[in-house]
Amino acid sequence: MKKGTLRQILLITDGCSNQGEDPVAMAALAREHGMTVNVIGVLDENERTDGLKEIENIALSGGGIHQLVYAKQLSHTVQMVTRKAMTQTIQGFIHKELQSILGQEKEIEDLPPDKRGQVVEVVDELGETMDLEVLIMIDTSASMQHKLPTVEDALLDLSISLHSRIGENEYALYAFPGKRKQVERLMDWTPILKDIHTIFPKLTTGGITPTGPALKEAIDAYQKKRSKRGLLDDGYIEESSS
Amino acid sequence: MTGTSKNQVADVPRGTRISGKWNKQTYQIMKKLGNGALGTVYLADSLKGRVALKIGTDSMSITSEVNVLKQLSMVQGTVLGPFFYEIDDWERSGKCYPFYVMEYIDGEPLFAFINRRGKEWIGILMLQLLRDLSALHREGWVFGDLKPDNLLVEGSPPKLRWLDVGGTTSMGRSVKEFTEFFDRGYWGLGNRVAEPSYDLFSVAMIVLNAGYPNRFDRPKKGTEDYLMNKIENNQLLKEYKPILSKALLGKYQHASEMRQELFVLLQGGEKTKVRKNKSRSANSRVASRRTRPPAKKKRSGWIETVLLVAFLLFFYTLYLVGHIF
Repeated sequence: MKKGTLRQILLITDGCSNQGEDPVAMAALAREHGMTVNVIGVLDENERTDGLKEIENIALSGGGIHQLVYAKQLSHTVQMVTRKAMTQTIQGFIHKELQSILGQEKEIEDLPPDKRGQVVEVVDELGETMDLEVLIMIDTSASMQHKLPTVEDALLDLSISLHSRIGENEYALYAFPGKRKQVERLMDWTPILKDIHTIFPKLTTGGITPTGPALKEAIDAYQKKRSKRGLLDDGYIEESSS
Repeated sequence: MTGTSKNQVADVPRGTRISGKWNKQTYQIMKKLGNGALGTVYLADSLKGRVALKIGTDSMSITSEVNVLKQLSMVQGTVLGPFFYEIDDWERSGKCYPFYVMEYIDGEPLFAFINRRGKEWIGILMLQLLRDLSALHREGWVFGDLKPDNLLVEGSPPKLRWLDVGGTTSMGRSVKEFTEFFDRGYWGLGNRVAEPSYDLFSVAMIVLNAGYPNRFDRPKKGTEDYLMNKIENNQLLKEYKPILSKALLGKYQHASEMRQELFVLLQGGEKTKVRKNKSRSANSRVASRRTRPPAKKKRSGWIETVLLVAFLLFFYTLYLVGHIF
């Protein structure tokens, strides 16, 4: 059996979108395409965000996880959210399989505790061995400027964690707003997230926060990647409920 | 600060009776012991006596922890982690909360113990830790989230016990849970693949934490030199430097190697310098000495028997010969 690939969009932002399509709708669209949208809100100490509700809603409709953190805890959070979201997607998938075996309305909790252990082992095994694609979308609006070095650290840390897995990984990196466009591609799909220290210092920040258009671009990027691969690859997990 | 607070269960009041949906065992809550990432741990009274009971909301993660506890209970001869009793569900006002029951370890936090009893205990407790880790690694597991908070000192004679084994990962996979200060990935000194050297790095950082109770953050660059300086500049850590630096740089393949060298260092005191060069050969000598004596004894016993039989045969022959003539 081919194990398939998990596809995630990781959105790192610090506030409310203010231009373009509704990001919550775009997240719902991404989910229809079998992607999971995770959102991490980065705060300064003592900072409050009015973007909380939006962050939560994007993740909810994108079938993913959201988390608000202070910049200092970002590294630990990014890798944790990514792993948790993987587990959640796999669990959703297994949950469906179980329902088709045990019948509708059956939950994992309906199994006796001793049987659950085996289900968990399968989830662990898949989380370790499945291939993963992460499209990272970084908010580069003005208020994010001094947080960017921390974001860079967090992404390196994420790659350490993911490369310690048995499965393969691929990353792509985008920023919004871009220099001339709403969204700018910083790095095309690559198996190693190594050269980001050359990219980050060149990033310019400023202006608007077009979160919706950014998510739309992410979906397009995945579609392009998929069509490039053509019919050879059919291993994606289509996941639309959890 | 987080949006995933659904993992917390409202506190269960003292005196509450919790009975399992599947196994029908009853537990009476005595007090709260602590909050973990995946649930709350309580001290409870039961037919088995006092036990620790962990209640969560996510049955998958509770089950995941139980998988590890069960595995550890199967390790023969050594007590690793708390002893596992059972897993069940508790139905409370229409909701179902998964919980599991394990041995209650009535111990003192590692650093509290060391502060009370003296710094010389660090080396001794680390010897114990390394012995247990060696057993764990032999079974194909890596502890992962090794840190002082997960270690208790219990009883007399004092014995180091493992409290939270939720991060335990099978060898070759990626480490499930970790804490930055004790994680070699954070310090840029390695990956997060579960292998013995991952745990040994954490052991070294526990010793560093004993020397620097407030811990410290990583520098922008040159973490290796930075850590070596931290060791050099601390009275307590200096004497462990050869071992700490090897563990931090991933030069030990097995816990037993680190344990042997720590053992020699602790024994040596003044003579450490002389012995250090020989420690490798000394190690193999110690190891071989341990296995050889019984073998020798067996062989000499066998020789004695052969000699005795030969003697008896000789005298019997003499006797027979005597008869003939």
